[in-house]
Amino acid sequence: MTAGPRGGPAPGLTPAQTVGPFFAHALSWPTGPLVVPEGTAAAFWIRGRVLDGDGEPVPDALVETWQADPDGRFGHPDDPRAIAGERLGWVRGFGRCPTDPDGRYRIHTVKPGPVPGAGGGVQAPHIDLSIFARGLLDRVVTRLYFPDEAAANTADPVLADLPEPVRATLVAEASDDGYRFDIRLQGEHETVFFAV
Amino acid sequence: MTELAARGYRRDVADVHPPLLWPDYRSTVRRAPSRPLVLLPHSLTEVTGPLLGADRVGELDHDLTRQHAGEPLGERIIVHGRVVDGDGRPVPDTLIEVWQANAAGRYAHSGDQHPAPLDPNFTGIGRCLSGADGGYQFVTVKPGAYPWRNHDNAWRPAHIHFSLFGRAFVQRLVTQMYFPGDPLFGQDPIFNSVPGPARQRLVAGFDLSRTEPEWALAYRFDLVLRGRDATPMDDR
Repeated sequence: MTAGPRGGPAPGLTPAQTVGPFFAHALSWPTGPLVVPEGTAAAFWIRGRVLDGDGEPVPDALVETWQADPDGRFGHPDDPRAIAGERLGWVRGFGRCPTDPDGRYRIHTVKPGPVPGAGGGVQAPHIDLSIFARGLLDRVVTRLYFPDEAAANTADPVLADLPEPVRATLVAEASDDGYRFDIRLQGEHETVFFAV
Repeated sequence: MTELAARGYRRDVADVHPPLLWPDYRSTVRRAPSRPLVLLPHSLTEVTGPLLGADRVGELDHDLTRQHAGEPLGERIIVHGRVVDGDGRPVPDTLIEVWQANAAGRYAHSGDQHPAPLDPNFTGIGRCLSGADGGYQFVTVKPGAYPWRNHDNAWRPAHIHFSLFGRAFVQRLVTQMYFPGDPLFGQDPIFNSVPGPARQRLVAGFDLSRTEPEWALAYRFDLVLRGRDATPMDDR
């Protein structure tokens, strides 16, 4: 155990618990899925489904997204480059959408720029996702990458560490109004999930 | 890129969180990922996070007993505590969202079919921001226990759901607060999924010092989010 700032023992972390089935009225709001307002230039929809190990939709999941702005900057004081963005109507890079009875979620956003990597280098444009649900005792975390960033994806340090067949689970598919990204919690095409 | 060095967050989460697969909680069996989690290095994406602010919090959101024309039925309680990080430092200005069943054990949610009465004066949803010292306080009624179908004669212990963002993606936490001495702990697989030594951290303490005489009992529930690394990310 590490020492606290006043020399006493550091407090133990609070454990996670499932979000349960009855969160939607508390954790959603009408503009939650809108990372950027509708009508924003170059904005698109990310749509997908959350599926369980039987391929059945998960109708009581919550999908949250966190991403950089189109210049690869975060609206956060720990990003020393500061946010670029009022010009895009950029608010905070956060989206949140509960799944519907068919397990579908949707997020309206713009593509983030490349982001510095953990050990130097550059990461391909990506969005971090948290998935909460009844039956998930802790959130699961994954990343969405873009299919039209092949060169950047090849050079991305996180993708590069994954074997080819599972790497594909993190790359969205192009769709009519943006991208499609299904999240398979378990099974043959199980999405890659990360320990953060 | 060294000018972008920010301190990462410690990964001291062993024996804290429940395993994703916990067969006694049946819904985990087809929802828990089957492959091991992949270690994600902490980059700027992970050490930053949404700083949802005062625009998410209404004037009466912290008082679940004053959100309707009348007062809800039930035992009025004050729930308060501090949000700190793993070094004991306050986590100020962070959004805290809570939701809970009413005093009869029924959620104001269309999916809850438990045949206990709804309370027209209770929605069971609250929000607040932590203060400069990480402190927070809600006023609510004590939620009731309720049955669920996980196993024969299964009942959830009374609990309040908490959702916190902290200052970084890696500090995000959704959890549940329980009440001391609940006789239902022994048969609840969700509570018991937490590794033994950490389990009691989910149980609020009765706090006589914060009760309001002739008005409300009080419970204290402190929340501890991940602490930071001593060194910048790029120096590890």
